[in-house]
Amino acid sequence: MIERRDFLKGCLACGVTAASIGVASNDALAAGSFEGYPDAMGVLVDLTRCVGCRSCEAACNNEQKLPEPDLRFDDTSVFEEKRRTTDKAYTVVNKYQVANKETLFRKIQCNHCTEPACLSSCFVNAYTKTKEGAVIYKASVCVGCRNCMIACPFNIPAYSYSSPLKPLVKKCIFCYDTRLKEGRPPACVEICPQQVMTFGRRADLVKLGHDRIQANPAKYVDKLYGEKAVGGTSWMYLSSVDFGQVGMDAHIQNEPIIANVKDFLGFVPMVLAIWPALFTGIHLLATKNKDGHHDHEGGDHQ
Amino acid sequence: MHAVKRQMIMLIIGTLVLLASSVCFGTGIPDKININVIQKYYAGVEFNHASHINSLKDCGLCHHHTTGAQVSDPNCARCHKNSGAQPVVSCKGCHNADPFSPESLKEQRDQQPPVYHRDKPGLKAAYHMSCLGCHQKMGGPTGCEDCHKRNEKGDELFRAGKFAPKTPAKPKKSHH
Repeated sequence: MIERRDFLKGCLACGVTAASIGVASNDALAAGSFEGYPDAMGVLVDLTRCVGCRSCEAACNNEQKLPEPDLRFDDTSVFEEKRRTTDKAYTVVNKYQVANKETLFRKIQCNHCTEPACLSSCFVNAYTKTKEGAVIYKASVCVGCRNCMIACPFNIPAYSYSSPLKPLVKKCIFCYDTRLKEGRPPACVEICPQQVMTFGRRADLVKLGHDRIQANPAKYVDKLYGEKAVGGTSWMYLSSVDFGQVGMDAHIQNEPIIANVKDFLGFVPMVLAIWPALFTGIHLLATKNKDGHHDHEGGDHQ
Repeated sequence: MHAVKRQMIMLIIGTLVLLASSVCFGTGIPDKININVIQKYYAGVEFNHASHINSLKDCGLCHHHTTGAQVSDPNCARCHKNSGAQPVVSCKGCHNADPFSPESLKEQRDQQPPVYHRDKPGLKAAYHMSCLGCHQKMGGPTGCEDCHKRNEKGDELFRAGKFAPKTPAKPKKSHH
């Protein structure tokens, strides 16, 4: 009796200690503390400049050698519905009729988070945040679990459902292989006639964005979207209307997505370390009785 | 004989006077300007400078402070209220044709003092923002091909013309 109680007490003490150590170490490695690589590049998107010409979509298709689109890239009928990125289109432009009769367009693509949720959620480590700022992925190791699609706060990774043999996750890679690696801007930025997108060091773009707001406070809402959202993104946005009106999550959290699960995940190693010992102990104690060495007086419940 | 000679002299003098008067305006005001910064995908644009001057009158609308015109933007006026005509007035004289090349970005970062002209659009954007912005306000043509026709390479990029999708049509209602 006493043996068993001590044993259980010991287990409990161990568990509590391990849990507290786990929580403490989590705090030391708090998510959101990573400020990004110092020379990482980014893009400042000014929604007030976009005229919806879809040149960026065409340039992306060409640069990434994507399959033929369903419709020509100068077809404006696509604006009738709100589109999302697909395995055939890593960027799409949507049209928004905002309250004061103004028409705004917004280009959607991967925002290349500083602390990417897709990367955190991927258990085969397919994703990499490069020092240049791009979030790239190794398609060859992808097992198609689609965790990244669920984890992404911007709904970006798409899946090649149409490919029956080797379906893969697909998304914008900031033209990393062909351009960014050499310090050149992505294809969409380069082709844009209105310079909706300004390419540069992310740190410089944060300043530039705030300067643009300050120089024209009547034109812009006082927020640089992506400066802080989910721990910061490489692509940041300026708008003349509330970001919710152009289909963006206006109440997005500032903490990286991993912060939502990190505390919980801290318990997993503890469970893995303690539970086998705990249940082995219980099992041994339980089977000890079955062998006939009863230390109970009334051993009638075998 | 003398009459011909005199005529020649008059012609030469006339040309010189004409040249001198244009030089007085800076670099000479062209009536037509060929713009071809995106000739990879589009035919060049022969911009009718003269007719735009006639209808707008105000050079500063496009050329900011460089022609010596009064600037309306209070931010520019802080320095350029009376800065007078500049030696360089053409768009491409100030706006970079390749604004995001590593060299351009470095140049911009090293600029001293690091305060002014930091958010200067590239040449292509300067044209489009200026032209299109004004056309939208004044009811001018605003479609891409209203100003520049796409060439074959452009059609290929946009999957238009003979490069149009083979299986066109039904806008798919699939939900990914």
